[in-house]
Amino acid sequence: MKTILDSTDMQMAIDKMAKEIVEEAGSLDSLVLVGIRTRGVPLAQRIAGRIRESKKKEVPVGTLDINLYRDDLSRLDYHPIIGKTEIPCPVDEKTVFLVDDVLYTGRTIRCAMDALFDLGRPDSIKLAVLVDREGRELPIQGDVVGIHHPAGRGENVKVNLAETDEKDEVIVE
Amino acid sequence: MQLARKDLLGIESLSKKEIELILETAKTFQEISTREVKKVPTLRGKTVINLFFEDSTRTRTSFEIAGKRLSADVINISQKGSSVAKGETLLDTAKNIEAMGPDLIVCRHWAAGVPHFLASRLKASIINAGDGAHEHPTQALLDLMTIREAKGKIAGLNVSIVGDISHSRVARSNIHALNKMGARVTVAGPATMIPAEIEKMGVKVSTDLRKGIASADVIMMLRIQRERLTMSPFPTLREYSQLYGLNKEALKGAKPDVVIMHPGPVNRGVEIDPEVADGPYSLILDQVTNGVAIRMAVLYLLSGPKGKAAL
Repeated sequence: MKTILDSTDMQMAIDKMAKEIVEEAGSLDSLVLVGIRTRGVPLAQRIAGRIRESKKKEVPVGTLDINLYRDDLSRLDYHPIIGKTEIPCPVDEKTVFLVDDVLYTGRTIRCAMDALFDLGRPDSIKLAVLVDREGRELPIQGDVVGIHHPAGRGENVKVNLAETDEKDEVIVE
Repeated sequence: MQLARKDLLGIESLSKKEIELILETAKTFQEISTREVKKVPTLRGKTVINLFFEDSTRTRTSFEIAGKRLSADVINISQKGSSVAKGETLLDTAKNIEAMGPDLIVCRHWAAGVPHFLASRLKASIINAGDGAHEHPTQALLDLMTIREAKGKIAGLNVSIVGDISHSRVARSNIHALNKMGARVTVAGPATMIPAEIEKMGVKVSTDLRKGIASADVIMMLRIQRERLTMSPFPTLREYSQLYGLNKEALKGAKPDVVIMHPGPVNRGVEIDPEVADGPYSLILDQVTNGVAIRMAVLYLLSGPKGKAAL
């Protein structure tokens, strides 16, 4: 097991992501952050907190559960337990920033995009991830990336967050 | 936690944990029905057959909408207008339907045990949508969901079920469900409509409507099933309505925050007064709305490829 981000590094990475999201988004009025369950949600909330501090602006934060859109449902032994999808405002004409902890194959992001289109028609969808571990199986890239960490197929990149795992860190097993 | 079973045949064999899983899943599915595009691709390529040997509007439509909102293909077969009317046996009908490769069969039949019979002979998952006077599990599940929504909990509540308990699969499923979830159940109705030894199911019995609902947090009215009654267990409908019909007068003795449910279809003026059925404490239409979410949850949870273990 190797720690690739400790809690200080993670704070810096999230600060950087918040800054870049503001730049990428253009207007803050049309920006919506949507966290992908589970760990994308607290990440999106933290980013919204940083934007609140620096820009004195409240950016809406939603949560998205992508399980209903998975492409591997017929391969799973049991259908997964579904969490709530809740986006506080219509996504039409908005710049939606999807937020997730790790970007790997890109399949989760494909699900998230399909889910968003069932909720409305955003002007654009962008992607912010804390860790890009490479290994894409789809033509999907992050617009805002905390850190790049190329990891092998057998490795597991795990993001722990204080909200869900008691501790902020990114480890590779 | 998974719903590790092939079929949903009744509440009696479900654990509290399984009931919780279905209720929680249904809660997340509610949101889909409020979207502009009320559809997710989850059950794409799955086929659901509604096999109904008895009339139904609510349950059949509810399963059909639930399946379609999950992108399954839903086909309806009813006794009228099918080969069943030409004398085909149940098993032949079922085997022929199976040959077309459905993934789930939703079955309603006037005889108790038909879903169980099919479940043990067919590869498809069977969902009991009402079998005789035995069980109607999705109705009890949507009732639990509606109670929890209105009262914030189920455990510790007093629930009175009023009417023809003997002929009611809704009552039977609800008694099992409410007991498992920790509610206290009272059944009320004329003695001729209350099965002997029903106390063994863990319920209190009252033959007086007012006493039966005095401490109730929830009142479930049952339909007088005129089509099922061969010998009349009461002299006239008018007398039944006077003694056991829920009207404003009878409700005066109930708790001020009582809520009223009815599985439908309502016999207005018989078991329930229009004033009460349409009143502010009535949850009848919430039950119908929640029915779609519950059936989506059940279709979803039973569609996992290995959800094929126990009965």
